[in-house]
Amino acid sequence: MTAGAVAQASPATWDWDIAQRMMPELLRGLSVTLQATLVGITVAMVLGLVLAMARRSSLPVVRWPVVGFIEFVRSTPLLVQLFFLFFVLPDLGVRLSGFTAGVLGLGLHYATYTSEAYRSGIENVEKGQWEAAVACNLSTRTTWGSVVLPQAIPTVIPALGNYLVAMLKDAPLLSTIAVLELLAVARQLNSQLFRPLEAFSLAALLFLAVSIPAAILVRYLEKRYGYSRE
Amino acid sequence: MATRENEPTSDGESAGGRPSPERPMVRFDSVTKAFGDNVVLDGLDFEVAAGEKLVIIGPSGSGKTTILRVLMTLERPDSGMIEVGGEHLYHEERGGKLVKASEKHVRRVRGKISMVFQHFFLFPHKTVLENITLGPVKALGVPKDEARERACKLLELVGMEGKHDQYPASLSGGQKQRVAIARALAMQPKVMLFDEVTSALDPELVGEVLGVLRDLALNTDMTMLLVTHEMGFAKEIGDRVVMFDNGRVVEEGPPRQMFSQPREARTRSFLDAVLDHE
Ligand SMILES: Nc1ncnc2c1ncn2[C@@H]1O[C@H](COP(=O)(O)OP(=O)(O)OP(=O)(O)O)[C@@H](O)[C@H]1O
Ligand SMILES: [Mg+2]
Repeated sequence: MTAGAVAQASPATWDWDIAQRMMPELLRGLSVTLQATLVGITVAMVLGLVLAMARRSSLPVVRWPVVGFIEFVRSTPLLVQLFFLFFVLPDLGVRLSGFTAGVLGLGLHYATYTSEAYRSGIENVEKGQWEAAVACNLSTRTTWGSVVLPQAIPTVIPALGNYLVAMLKDAPLLSTIAVLELLAVARQLNSQLFRPLEAFSLAALLFLAVSIPAAILVRYLEKRYGYSRE
Repeated sequence: MATRENEPTSDGESAGGRPSPERPMVRFDSVTKAFGDNVVLDGLDFEVAAGEKLVIIGPSGSGKTTILRVLMTLERPDSGMIEVGGEHLYHEERGGKLVKASEKHVRRVRGKISMVFQHFFLFPHKTVLENITLGPVKALGVPKDEARERACKLLELVGMEGKHDQYPASLSGGQKQRVAIARALAMQPKVMLFDEVTSALDPELVGEVLGVLRDLALNTDMTMLLVTHEMGFAKEIGDRVVMFDNGRVVEEGPPRQMFSQPREARTRSFLDAVLDHE
């Protein structure tokens, strides 16, 4: 990286002082990124499960809007959804902070993906399990809670982990709706100090510092839950 | 020796254990069920007396499983009515009229029935003991300790004591099926359905499961409907054998007569084929 920079017209060399001055701000940005990702993935995990379960409802009035919502959200870019939540909703009388709109956007968007993962996890539970639940006269609620989901969810965990990592990398989109996450901070620092090298390199390193452990975690989860425990 | 207490409740069945002809425990009234164009049950009428051990035989695809599944509410009949213990399963009275029953009603009435499946369908994420206590605790509201105690007794009954904390994956097919029988018994059903419960087992494991079933059949007053190809076993424990074909009863009678002097040619050829095969 440094070699490439040196070859340029106005050579920039790494300045440790500048890097040190940038670090506290960047860390604050990283913390916002992490918060947005963690809240976002929580929304996605909960909502995705609700969507997947609603999709199996015997009532078409429940099923169809859910299918429509999922198709709609998946067919439009996340950025458009963020703009809608942040710029359009206020016109409709709902004013959300950038962070709230961002977390909601990430959560809704990824919920449509996690719901597909849950769906295949649920479908992989053999039909006989539902039937055994009937033979034990379990309520619908107990059938989901004690029979189906405990078998379905472990198989979905690796996919959820992958979405966590993907969401982390989508978080910079929140900079477009006034959220001071890591990349937004880096841009700000660059325009104040005119030091793109340090600002963006450090931002990239900080992303790496989080996403590599996260990827390792996912790999571990895949080993642990990826195939049947039996 | 009574192997389990089958508390008779509101319907006043005596604990005598033999069929009481005046009031059937199960009644099918022109029940029809089709899958697409395939009419599997064609206006089926039949009754099972309280305490009766009914053996259902018939060729593959004749609708034996469907009868049990419709009774367990795993399939909805297209038309007709089913009564269990004097109550409608899929209908209820509202304002003096018989209407389609609510989910709640169906669930209450189906609580009188439990079923054992060919492929066991034990809950793989639960231990043997948890498999058996889940229904009683969640559906019957039995306190956990009591449910556990009763589960232990049932495990003894099926010869599975000492396996409480194992997971189903570590059991043999015969052991799984015995746990599945205990699980169904734990629901204290009045009617037990057995759908070819030994067909998926290795031949050397069939005996242990039939042994448990024999004990149950001879020592309890539960009503039992058994679909089986084990003719020797059927002869031994059956009060009555019903031969099905094309969704209708071809012939029925006591096992001795059915197996030695069937009246219908259809029954004869079926039995010949099955007995040849054995
Ligand atoms: N869910 C279903 N969808 C479509 N067809 C079905 C379904 N279940 C059963 N059938 C059909 O209904 C007919 C009766 O099936 P059923 O399983 O009741 O027969 P069976 O007497 O139990 O046969 P077997 O001895 O092979 O178990 C068969 O032709 C079968 O293909
Ligand atoms: Mg069958």
